Formats: sequence, structure tokens, C-alpha cells
Amino acid sequence: MADINELKYTYSLRLADNAWILSHRLSEWCSNGPFLEEDLALTNIALDLIGRAQAFYNYAAELEGKGRTADDWAYRRNERQYYNNLLAEMPNGNFADTIARQLFMSVYEYYFFMSLQNSKDETFAALAAKTLKEVKYHIVHAADWVVRLGDGTAESHNKIQQAINGLWMYTGELFDTDETDIMLSEQGIGVDNQSLQTLWETHISEVLEEATLKIPEAEYMQTGGRQGIHTEHLGRMLGEMQYLQRAYPDAKW
Amino acid sequence: MATDTQLDLWEVFIQSRNGSHHTHAGSVHASDRKMALQNARDIYTRRGEGSSIWVVPANSIVASNPDDADMFFDPADDKVYRHPTFYVMPEGAKQI
Amino acid sequence: MSNNTAPAIEDARLSKFEERVQKGDAIEPRDWMPEAYRKHLIRQISQHAHSEVIGMQPEGNWITRAPSIRAKQILLAKIQDEGGHGLYLYSAAETLGISREDMIEQLQTGKAKYSNIFNYPTLTWADIGAIGWLVDGAAIVNQVSLQRTSYGPYSRAMVRICKEESFHQRQGYEIMATMMKGTAEQREMAQDAMNRWWWPSLMMFGPHDSDSPHSSDAFRWKIKRHSNDELRTKFIDKTVQQAEVIGLTIPDPELKWNEATGHYDHGEINWDEFYRVIKGNGQCNKQRIAHHKRAHDDGAWVREAAEAYKVKQAVKNN
Repeated sequence: MADINELKYTYSLRLADNAWILSHRLSEWCSNGPFLEEDLALTNIALDLIGRAQAFYNYAAELEGKGRTADDWAYRRNERQYYNNLLAEMPNGNFADTIARQLFMSVYEYYFFMSLQNSKDETFAALAAKTLKEVKYHIVHAADWVVRLGDGTAESHNKIQQAINGLWMYTGELFDTDETDIMLSEQGIGVDNQSLQTLWETHISEVLEEATLKIPEAEYMQTGGRQGIHTEHLGRMLGEMQYLQRAYPDAKW
Repeated sequence: MATDTQLDLWEVFIQSRNGSHHTHAGSVHASDRKMALQNARDIYTRRGEGSSIWVVPANSIVASNPDDADMFFDPADDKVYRHPTFYVMPEGAKQI
Repeated sequence: MSNNTAPAIEDARLSKFEERVQKGDAIEPRDWMPEAYRKHLIRQISQHAHSEVIGMQPEGNWITRAPSIRAKQILLAKIQDEGGHGLYLYSAAETLGISREDMIEQLQTGKAKYSNIFNYPTLTWADIGAIGWLVDGAAIVNQVSLQRTSYGPYSRAMVRICKEESFHQRQGYEIMATMMKGTAEQREMAQDAMNRWWWPSLMMFGPHDSDSPHSSDAFRWKIKRHSNDELRTKFIDKTVQQAEVIGLTIPDPELKWNEATGHYDHGEINWDEFYRVIKGNGQCNKQRIAHHKRAHDDGAWVREAAEAYKVKQAVKNN
């Protein structure tokens, strides 16, 4: 059953990468929030995500069994070796851009982990159940803000609409289904990713409707993150993130 | 640009576990109820301090005036008979 | 309070107030208090709040470069705590009748100060260790003393802050200790940070007692419970030992144990530097305020949107 382990390893790594990369983006908000309370709220979400990343990296380490640590994955890979969704690495932009990204990711994660908590793999199931509690809160936070911004001032309405339009082309990738997904889903270990799309779309359109916002017309969807083909933004992020680990390869921190 | 707003002031009360009182923890700024509750959660229960939160708009709280303290509170000082220690229990009787 | 109150009544109130403070009673927001007490508190608490908030910047400078998952997690949680502490303190100041809007304006226009220490740059990862260990170490000495300050809301905020801060100093010390056990480059980095942060940390306690402009009222009204020099000495005594344990050298050739006093004596603090930085000529004074303004201005439309939404909802629900 080495194959299954390998699949689970890939699966775990992807989930860890999504959380790790998105947490990095959110951590960039620290001391830059629109007011103090919101600064702390964004940090809280970042901390949830860091914890999740660590848990899934640890599981990947266990599955691989070669003695690598979570830090090795977080800090010692190159651009082409990260498997997060492109959406997670998109720059923070203005507050509306960040909130739109949060809504898209959190709603996806909600349905994903809802399904994963029934996984036949006990670790996945347990991690999913824990993550789900956090994600429920992330959705509420994001959705409430989308509604406030959408139904706030003309300026905020435009900004959140632009954010939604701008990020839309990265949402299709969330439902990308490759061999790993299919095989694990068939085994009852992973999630049937495609089946989440309708749920996601319905949920998103409800929020956008309440926020008096328009759903963008379906158009081209950019994919590639899960094959390690990223946007230009990721390399720069890693350059910053990995600086100490790369500059002092022998050091322990 | 309009004059700055830091949103409204809300007072936060946290119940540390079921069965205990909600206790005043501090305040937060927020523009609406949901935000006030979320901000209170993010700020006052980060270390698992709470099982329930109340938020109240600060301007909805009616507070007694310290200048009225003598009229409000002093008259209760001599009502010793309200306390169990006022009463003499017969020798040997057990407490209920 | 009315300005027309007859002087005799005013005097009676003042002596009653001072009597209460002497007894160790806490003063609460709606109690009568002398204007000077209120002003002193607003100045001190808002300065304290601003310090927490501005302090997020030099440490935030390293969040995206934190060298491990654990380090990043801890640092982020710590900076978040500092934001929270700023918030507790703003709340305490608000009970004295000043709005957060006003406090922020005073910060941005330079009318209100924040701790000088945050006008120094964080140049290497070791600076994050030095800040946690020395700067938070100094802050906690001060804050522990303030838990018994006479103004209730301030005192309660300090109690909460002290409880939460207890891990901050350890976080910094752990970074330094780990680096001192590491490679030669790491040890050098740690000592360099020590050299740059030691003296500014000592300055955090403020001028010598003999030169401290705000002290006498603050003591009489029990806003302040220990003198600058007392607290500074306490910090030094505690820190020297910790430095020795991990092999760091205190950059003060005159530092020596004084058998008679039971404390360390230290060399002369560069007060010219202290006053120069206070007056705005530190490396980061302009940068810190510019950063704060940028975030504040960038967030204005968000706050306005939240307000507008609130108003719309209120109309809808009526």
C-alpha cells in the first residue's frame, strides 16, 4: 500500500501549502489593518492557518517517513515545489482584495473539510474536524465584511466588486481534480473536489446577493498551482520567507 | 476625506465557563453587533478565556453617580440582620 | 465638572480625593478627580497605548522573515498581544473622556509620544530576540509596578496585560539562547543585537529620578508606585544574570556588583541620545509615524463603509 501513502502524502502537502501560503499573506497585514480590532482579527486567522499548515506538514512528514520536518517543507523548497492554489498566494491588495480572497478560500475550505471529516483516514478526519471549527469562523468574518463593503459606500462597493472580479479567474482551480484526488476520493480517503463546485457557487452567490454585488461572468480559469506552476508573486514571497534558512543553512533557530 | 471614525464603543462581558457570571472584560470598537461580538471574541478570548460573550453599546449602560453613593449604598450598611452571622444559633444545632 | 464650582468645595473634594488615594482606594471613571490627575493619566495611558501599537512595527518587520514555523507563530501571537494591549489601554484612556480618534490624531501630529525604544530599527533576526528579552523585560518591570496604580481601569488593564505578557520576555530570551548555542555567525548576531539594544532598554525607564519632570504628582496620587531608578535597577539585576547564563556580554565596562547596595552599578547613560530621539531625531521616528498614517488612511474607506452599512441597516430596521 505504499502507493496510497504516497497519495496521502501529496494530499497532505497540498493542504499544508494552501494554509502556509495564505497564512503568510495574512500575516503581512500585521500593523497594517484598517483599525486595531481588525488587525487582530486578521492575525487570528493567520494563526489558525499556521497551526493547520504545521499539522498537515507533520502528517506529510510521517507519511514520507524520511525524517524531514515541517520546517523543511515550509522553508526549503523552490517555487516549482509548492502545490498551493494560486488564489492563496495572490497579494493582499487593499482590504477588499483580502476579504474577497478570504471569502472564496474559506467557503471552499468549509465544504472541503466538511467532506474530509468523514475520511477513512483517521488523521485526515481528525484534522478536518478541528479545521472546520476555525473555517466556520473565517467564513462569518469574511462574509460579514463582504456584505458591509458591498452595501456600504459607493467606494467600498466598487472596491469589493473589483476585488471579486479580479480574483474570479483563480477560483476555478479550487475544484481542479487530478489523479491523486480521484484515487483518494474513490478510496473514501479524499474529497470529491468537483462535487464541491455547486455548493461553493450557491454559497458565494448568496453572500454576493446580500452584499448587492454581481457574480462575474464565467470566463477563463487559471490553474497550475497544484502542478507547481505559480504566479510571479510566489517567488518573491518565498525569497522573503526563506531568507534566513537559505542564508544560514547550518543554523537552527 | 470625512472626519475620522474609529467606530462605536462597546463594553464586553465574558463568562469564563458555564455556571459562572458574565464579568466585564473591557471594551472594543465596532460598527455593528456582529462585528462587536467577533471583535470581542478575537480580543478577549484568545487564550480560551470564554464560553459566552455579551457585548453592549457603551452608551446603553446606565451607571450610578458616585455623588449619589451615600444615598444609594450607605443605607444598606446598618441592615446587619440581612446577614446570617446576625443570628445566634443554639449550642449544638447543626447548620442546614 | 463645572468650572464655576466654588474654590472651597473644590478644596474639600481634593482633600477627600487625596485621602481616598492614600487609603489605597481605586479611583473609578465617574468619581470626582482633579483635572491634573485626569490629564496626567490621559497622557500616560495614551502614551502607553501608542507604545504598544507602534511597537508592532519593528517586530512586524520580521514576521515575513521569521526562520521557522514555530518562530513565526510565536512572533505573530506576540505582536497580536501587543495590539490587544494597545486596545486595552485605549479603552482605559477612553474612560477619562478622550476618544480613540483624538488619541490617534495626537499620535500622528506628534502631540502624544510613544516609547522611544521603537524609534530604533530591527536589523537582524537577533533584534527580535533582543526586543523580546530586553525591551519586554524592561516593560514588564514597569507594568508589574503599575498593576497597583490608583486609577481602576488602568490598573485592571495592567493586570490583564501582565498576565498575557509573561511569555513575551521568555520568547525573546529563548531566541537569544538558541542563537548563542548556534553557529559563530549566530552568536555574533546575538551579541551585536545585545550591544545595540542594551542602552536604549535602560533609557526606557526614563530620566534619573532627580531629572524626572512628571514624578511628584504621579507619586502623591499613586499613579506611579516606584521610581525610574528603582525600576531600572531591578531590571538590570535580573537581566545581567540571564545574560551570563547564555554567554552574552553586557556592553558596559563599568557594570559591577555593588556589595553595599546589593545591586549592580552601571555606567553613564547617554542622555543626549535619549533627548535627541525624543525630540524626533531617531532613526525611525518619521518612518513609524508615516507607517501608522498610511495604514490609518488606507483603512479610512473601510471604516466609512462599516459606518455607512450600519446607518443603512438602522433605516431598514425602522
